[in-house]
Amino acid sequence: MGYAIHNISEGFWIAFRALFANKTRALLTTLGISIGVITVTLMMMIIQGLNTSVASQLEVMGSGTVYIERHPWIIMDDWWRYRNRPRVTKEQFEEIKRFSKLAEYVGAYTYTGRPIAFRNRTRDRVGIIGVTPATADAMSWMPEYGRYITDSDMITTRKICVIGADVKEQIFEPYDPMGRNLRVGPYNFKVVGILEKKGSTFGQSNDNYVMIPFSTLTHNFGHRRDVTIAVKAKDPSQMNDLIDELTWLMRRARNLAPNEDNDFSINDSAMLTDFYKRITAGIYAAGVIIGGISLLVGGIGIMNIMLVSVTERTWEIGMRKAVGARTTSILWQFLVESMIITMIGGIVGILVAMIGGKLLGQFLPTSLPLWLGLSAMAFSAVVGLIFGLFPAVRASRLDPIVALRQE
Amino acid sequence: MSSLIDFKSISKIYEIGKIKVPALIEVDVNIEDGEYVAIMGPSGSGKSTMMNIVGCLDAPSDGVYKLSGERVDGMTDNQLADIRNRRIGFIFQTFNLLPRADAFHNVELPLIYAGLPRIKRREMAKEALERVGLADRIKHRPNELSGGQRQRVAVARALVNNPNLLLADEPTGNLDSKTSYEMMELFGNLHSEGNTIVIVTHEEDIAAYSHRVIRLFDGKISSDVRQEPRNGSNGKFAGKPEE
Ligand SMILES: Nc1ncnc2c1ncn2[C@@H]1O[C@H](COP(=O)(O)OP(=O)(O)OP(=O)(O)O)[C@@H](O)[C@H]1O
Ligand SMILES: [Mg+2]
Repeated sequence: MGYAIHNISEGFWIAFRALFANKTRALLTTLGISIGVITVTLMMMIIQGLNTSVASQLEVMGSGTVYIERHPWIIMDDWWRYRNRPRVTKEQFEEIKRFSKLAEYVGAYTYTGRPIAFRNRTRDRVGIIGVTPATADAMSWMPEYGRYITDSDMITTRKICVIGADVKEQIFEPYDPMGRNLRVGPYNFKVVGILEKKGSTFGQSNDNYVMIPFSTLTHNFGHRRDVTIAVKAKDPSQMNDLIDELTWLMRRARNLAPNEDNDFSINDSAMLTDFYKRITAGIYAAGVIIGGISLLVGGIGIMNIMLVSVTERTWEIGMRKAVGARTTSILWQFLVESMIITMIGGIVGILVAMIGGKLLGQFLPTSLPLWLGLSAMAFSAVVGLIFGLFPAVRASRLDPIVALRQE
Repeated sequence: MSSLIDFKSISKIYEIGKIKVPALIEVDVNIEDGEYVAIMGPSGSGKSTMMNIVGCLDAPSDGVYKLSGERVDGMTDNQLADIRNRRIGFIFQTFNLLPRADAFHNVELPLIYAGLPRIKRREMAKEALERVGLADRIKHRPNELSGGQRQRVAVARALVNNPNLLLADEPTGNLDSKTSYEMMELFGNLHSEGNTIVIVTHEEDIAAYSHRVIRLFDGKISSDVRQEPRNGSNGKFAGKPEE
């Protein structure tokens, strides 16, 4: 055991001398390994980044919440089947709200885009969301300051608004927005609340919204719009029951005959999670295949270079054996050498992947946790071990006298 | 008490395809501890073959070789490696030094394989380089040393682990005559310190430094003569041999 450690640590210094003597070749050889590590690491970084993004996106949508909408979020089959579906209406929202027993909160919202302005500061097009009082609870999207939309706002179609954090920062800073008038299209809306900050997903901000009463939106900006009904379950473990109930209520509201298909969709975050899992599985597979191929190519390159190295240094191996090197000492010398080459390749690969991740970070979320870096290194070492084994065994088996004769 | 080197009917036959080349034919020889032996003979007579078998670098095709009374055949590769490491110092005609390593690292090699720690190695390698008169060349690489100095590094490497048997296959073959005599002076000193030395040479005046000359001819011993050495292997070194 002590002898093995001695072999490895001495093998390290011997290998280092040999590699230093052949810097260019060693670096060229690492290229294949680097490419493999870059590919795999980048893929993993993207998946890691997506994971955090998706988690925050799911948080934005609220857990235990389903959304009744005209279209499904993800259309895997033919889109034309959904083309002629009727809009979800305010009346259907009222009916769900009235009859659902499994729902804790039922909110509705509809959406339009309008320019907004405060004094001389303007934004061309910002999402204006018309909401009902329960939408905040249904979507778990609460005001942080001030208040939300109330029933009386709805009845009187008041022009008040609750703004997102971005609107506050970009339009009102340095003024306190509370009580001031925000221009939405041609109207003035008094700010009564500021929403809690949600951050961004996939580089897109969740805080660039203005919420106004649902009735005010349909009254002032037109009522022929798609409505989304957001329903939060009383018991998050009974999502399927809730979906069944909502389906039944919607079918009843629309007078669908038993042989007719649903002409609405009940979306929930599980659909996104499923879809996301499919995407990441695809990225994984691509990463593993590309990375695997480049590591294989890199590994074969290492094996080749190590075989050349063994042939070139035959007399050296003979000499080492003549002065008392055991078979295992020579074996370790060459194994350590190929492992150092691949680990240098691994380090270069990780560094390049980090730079690549920084560049990609502008479009895609990425992250490089410590375990990923460490496993990339370990993987490189294993590649060196596997592909260095054959040349190392060959070197260690050389007959000292045959080796010495070859000058 | 058994001999240090004991050859009983040692044969070595090389087979090249169907052709069999006998390099040694039933050689019997005994070399005692503390002897200084020269092996001579024409080219191809089997000198190197014999040295390689003595040095446990090569195995005979037939016969029994005992080193210090132990049979060498049947030993494992590790045992043979340890014998080469601890009990035998080999010096080659072409020095066989690592070209990119300094004198120190070259001398240190056997100690690495002996499993000694770094500090101990440094001490022993320095001492060996001092013994061959290269204390001031520790950091020099082979290409920064003269031929004679290189061979001294090789001798230091052979000595460093304090073996009791020094084997040198034409150690002066690549040296000019002045350096050769200096090398023989060194060998004489090593012998007087108690080392057993076996040296292969073509040159009569190199062989003259030894106490015993074994001549090979076509793989057989043609003569084995004890002689009075020409110089002070007893401490009195005469410099150049008389003509
Ligand atoms: N590996 C080998 N394969 C085949 N024949 C060999 C081999 N090594 C040596 N021989 C043959 O064995 C014989 C003895 O060779 P050896 O090297 O022992 O001679 P030598 O006395 O050292 O010669 P020199 O003075 O030229 O070094 C020669 O005929 C040589 O051709
Ligand atoms: Mg020879």
